[in-house]
Amino acid sequence: MDVTWYLVLSALLFSIGAGGVLIRRSPLVILLCLELMLNAGNLALVAFARDRGDQDGQIFALIVMVVAACEVVVGLGLIVAMFRRRLPLNVDEMRNLRG
Amino acid sequence: MSATTYAWLVLGLPLAGCLVNALGWRSLPGRAAGWIGTGAIALAFLNSIAALVALLDKPASGRELTSSLWTYASAAGLDIKLGILVDPLSVFMILVVTGVSMLIHLYSISYLESDRGYARYFSYLNFFVFSMLLLVLAGNFVLLIVGWAFVGFASYALISFWYRRNTATKAGMKAFVINVIGDVGLVLAAFFIFRELGTFEYLPMFQSAPQQFSTNEGVVVAICLLILVGAFAKSAQLPLHTWLPDAMEGPTPVSALIHAATMVTAGVYLIARMHPLFLQAPTAADISAFLGLATLIFAATVALAVTDLKRIIAYSTISQIGYMVVGVSIGAYAAGLFHLMSHAFFKALLFMAAGSVIAAMAGTQNIDRMSGFRRALPFTSTLLIVGALSLAAFPGTAGFFSKDEILAFAAERGGFYWILAIGGYVGAFLTAIYAFRIVFRVVYREPCPEARKLEQGHLAHAEPQNPMTGEKEDTDVGFPGPEHQIAERARPMAIAMAVLGLGAIFGGYLQVPGVDHVLDTFLAPTFEDSPLHSGIHVSTGTAWAGLAAGAALSLLGIATSYYLYVVAPQTTERLRERAHAVYAFLIHKWYFDEVYDTLVYRPLIAIGRFADAVLERVVVQGIVAGAVGAVRGVGVVVRGAQSGFVRAYALLVVGGFAALGLYFLIVSS
Amino acid sequence: MVQVAFFAGAIGAIAGAVGVVALRNPFYSVLALVVHLVALAGLFLLLYAQFVAAAQVVVYAGAVMVLYVFVAAYVGAVEEPIWEPIPGQRLLAPLLAAALFVELSIAILGTGLSALDSEGPTVPLGFGSPAAIGTLLLERFLVVFEAASMLLLVAAVGAVVLAGRRVPSAGARGEAPGQAIGPAAPSAPEPGGSGVADEHAAGGVP
Repeated sequence: MDVTWYLVLSALLFSIGAGGVLIRRSPLVILLCLELMLNAGNLALVAFARDRGDQDGQIFALIVMVVAACEVVVGLGLIVAMFRRRLPLNVDEMRNLRG
Repeated sequence: MSATTYAWLVLGLPLAGCLVNALGWRSLPGRAAGWIGTGAIALAFLNSIAALVALLDKPASGRELTSSLWTYASAAGLDIKLGILVDPLSVFMILVVTGVSMLIHLYSISYLESDRGYARYFSYLNFFVFSMLLLVLAGNFVLLIVGWAFVGFASYALISFWYRRNTATKAGMKAFVINVIGDVGLVLAAFFIFRELGTFEYLPMFQSAPQQFSTNEGVVVAICLLILVGAFAKSAQLPLHTWLPDAMEGPTPVSALIHAATMVTAGVYLIARMHPLFLQAPTAADISAFLGLATLIFAATVALAVTDLKRIIAYSTISQIGYMVVGVSIGAYAAGLFHLMSHAFFKALLFMAAGSVIAAMAGTQNIDRMSGFRRALPFTSTLLIVGALSLAAFPGTAGFFSKDEILAFAAERGGFYWILAIGGYVGAFLTAIYAFRIVFRVVYREPCPEARKLEQGHLAHAEPQNPMTGEKEDTDVGFPGPEHQIAERARPMAIAMAVLGLGAIFGGYLQVPGVDHVLDTFLAPTFEDSPLHSGIHVSTGTAWAGLAAGAALSLLGIATSYYLYVVAPQTTERLRERAHAVYAFLIHKWYFDEVYDTLVYRPLIAIGRFADAVLERVVVQGIVAGAVGAVRGVGVVVRGAQSGFVRAYALLVVGGFAALGLYFLIVSS
Repeated sequence: MVQVAFFAGAIGAIAGAVGVVALRNPFYSVLALVVHLVALAGLFLLLYAQFVAAAQVVVYAGAVMVLYVFVAAYVGAVEEPIWEPIPGQRLLAPLLAAALFVELSIAILGTGLSALDSEGPTVPLGFGSPAAIGTLLLERFLVVFEAASMLLLVAAVGAVVLAGRRVPSAGARGEAPGQAIGPAAPSAPEPGGSGVADEHAAGGVP
């Protein structure tokens, strides 16, 4: 398969993830959509690694996975903390940055 | 030390006095400020004498010395130095200025004793003397303009000295505005001079003037007319004279110094100094002479009608300066300057005596309420008579010799200059009448209540009020002090008046026709380039004939005045009723103020109001407020994006990213 | 053969992604994401990235997703209101996402990268194998490796602090300020929380 296919697929998955971030209101689901975007990036990286014949892309993808894991940990911790304080789990409710 | 060094000292000492008084006014006890001021001027006077001696040491041809401290401005062909010119004319002027100023300072020490602005007064007065000396010592036209402007400021500061008095501040502003009109004339003249002659230094200017200009060429006439605007504004000649009577709002010594003896003579000095230019523009010189004549007659007629003592003397000043202007315009330079000197003596004396009388009247200046001070104020009365005699050109006094010398010269020049001579004699007659109007009203007849009180030894007191409008005042700073000083009780005042009285009597003997001509000889080096000066010689016979005519007119005038004011006092009443229109015309000062109000003041105010209402409020504010409103509007719109919703921000991020991507796709294709 | 595998993986990935976005119940979204991850692992295998594929399944689908499952179970279902407070969001979001996709596709397809039209160079044996990745990690990318482990450590500490239980002395109620929780957590949700609560109470729904 041409590498182009993988890249277009990656673009599609990224767009779906972006749309999900904008549409959904639950912080949990937003985090999930963020995962989608990250994985789309991973796919692109690995595809380019294959295309170049260079394994650096794969290393990059691994590190992205590590970072994603850390981010998930912190994000979920925030959600748990919010839930504990009986805050509504709805990003629209956090409007203190209103100008 | 050389003459120029003395001249620099003459310039520097009054400035130093001013600064000491200005900076240390809080810590100067009692009358120290007055003595410091007077001392500075006295030292300056001594240095002027030294400068005179040093100048006389030099041969007659080498009596034009210049000296400069540093270059004031040097760019684009301009080279203006802070330089002075010490020649007979300037030495003469500094002697007169410092001499008379010294005496007036002495007078002021007592006169303003109880005024709370004592130190301020003396610092202003010293500053004025410094400015006047700068004006006359200046060696180039620009420095003259600097001195001119300083003098204008000093005049304003001193006229509005009692600054809480409304009439005084208005008068100060009026004086300043008219002065500025004169300044504009001078500056425009400076532009032309630089364009035509390429330099501002006097000596090179005067040397190249005859070559550069042909007689009555348009440019040189324009230059001279502009100079005349400046001179007439400063010297209160027609039509720029309206400020001088109002300037009487200032303290009496100020009136004596500035508006009689020195500042108003600056115009005369200017015309005399610029005589090489005026020689190339005889038209301008003639205009000057005839305006001087008109002023002379006008002021003399008004002086017959007004009732405020100081204003009579003010109009007298305007009239006498008319004589001086006529003198220097027709080429009688030495005569005109001689009259300047003698006028300084007797006019300052008259003002000082008037100050003493007003003090005795507890501040009232209305001559209708004064009478019979002969026994109450013997010293003041005597000196008032001396001054009036000199003013009226009584035979033997300084005024006699100086005034008639001008008129004799005019007669000698012949042609239509005879009109000047005849007009001058008519003016002399009128002068004698109003000079003795003052004397007979104030000194003779039955004593008024204040005089009677004073004979018993009580100086009259009255509620402090504005002498012109009667408004109530107090005696705190900004208004005159509570105590009034008369010459009989204040030694400094008496000494000053006595010295001036001697000058008014004996000053004339400097130039007795056929006997001596001290001033002529002394001033010759400055004026020898003038064909009028060297070409026209008044023969002794003509001179004595003129003197005889003048003496006759003077005595006739005194006699008329005696009749009008002592023998048959109702005559003036009857004249007033019969010639009501003439009287109204005179007492309204020929309606000059009203004309200026309608022609100049009101239109300008209307323009100002229009500019404020339309240009400022609508246009400028509209643009500014419009800009503010626009920015605010944009801000409101942009603020809509700050909704606080995270997802909205995320939408903006994604949207922006998409837009950027689109842009790059387009650009790269 | 390869194409079939590719399309299978692609369809699985897309289905999982759409499921994440579209499914109402967050628990179902999590499961959809698991499907998506496994499909991606398959795609990685096709791209000669064996180790990455394995790591994807073990780490991502195995650990991170389990984490999500726990939290989803803890938090429970969230009622997402139908009404959209931000005007235009419902319309613009899919539009912009689509625009993004179109632009990226144009960029990819229209690019002059010649190699994209090919399958890529012949890769040596062992390309993408654990041995090769391991060698790279410990040789060329050692600093990166160590930094990543530091990051993990920091994240672990952060998680403990964030979700840790409050010191009981301040009271059981959530409103009282606590000290056991780190500085980041209380200051962010606490004032934000009371403010948000106030707004909510005052009918702050715009």
